[in-house]
Amino acid sequence: MRWIWIDKFVEFDSGRRAVAIKNVTLAEDYLHDHFPGFCVMPETLMIEGMAQTAGMLVGEAGKFEEKVILAKVKKAVFFDYVQPGDTLTLEAEIESIAAEAASTKGTIRSSQKHIAEIDLMFSHIDRNLAGKQFPEENFVFTDTFESLVRGVLSGAYKGASAPAKEGAQ
Amino acid sequence: MAMSRDEIFQDVQEVLVDALGVDDDEVTTTATLMGDLGAESIDFLDIVFRLEKAFGIKIPREELFPAESLMNNPEFVNNGKLTETGLSELRNKMPHTDFAAFENDPDINKLGDLFTVSAIVNYVETKLNAA
Repeated sequence: MRWIWIDKFVEFDSGRRAVAIKNVTLAEDYLHDHFPGFCVMPETLMIEGMAQTAGMLVGEAGKFEEKVILAKVKKAVFFDYVQPGDTLTLEAEIESIAAEAASTKGTIRSSQKHIAEIDLMFSHIDRNLAGKQFPEENFVFTDTFESLVRGVLSGAYKGASAPAKEGAQ
Repeated sequence: MAMSRDEIFQDVQEVLVDALGVDDDEVTTTATLMGDLGAESIDFLDIVFRLEKAFGIKIPREELFPAESLMNNPEFVNNGKLTETGLSELRNKMPHTDFAAFENDPDINKLGDLFTVSAIVNYVETKLNAA
């Protein structure tokens, strides 16, 4: 199984805000067990999807040079079920960002339904954890993740303030 | 209009309640962030971000919680205790903190006890007055 809980980014405003979508489908195995006869997407996976949306936003703000790790779930409140066939819109905003960490606010919607509010904190691990050493390569932002933003960062994004990104393909 | 110490305390209290998931009445002036309120390292950054927002100030992380950079310097830490130099460095960096109890036994394991609610209130007060 691939641990990617968003399908693509549809908006990306560097350093500020990103919007991703996730199509939920019965082809995903976990839905059959959660629960048999009544399939709902587990809330933990929605948190992971938001962590990926917001984590990419934070990572891109630092040109993917930092290893950005989810460090704290500040808030996670859920208002409705998510079921097969739903398209989730995950919207994340950077609230604060510093050399060592960032905090984000996020909402998840499905059509007009308000599904969740998820606020997170990310740590730039090379700058925290009292000098512990991590591998030099960026094991957080693998090629799969970078491919998710390639489209929005190379011109598909229609916002007015998106700067051209060096190195984006 | 300048904020009174009480008003600052109330806002700091709200920040800590939200950041650490504790109750209002646990956030007393003498409570320690780690020991009494259960803060972990990432919570310190969360608290810094929330304080910046609540008070409209900019907080260099090292200014409010500078201990980490001292710990890795052998000149400042010897045998699990802060040296005289380390202690005076810390005193310089944390003028908002009460060192009375710590000075008698500057064990680095007790460094966490220096981060009290009143130290944060002092820090914010100084910062607001300087603005």
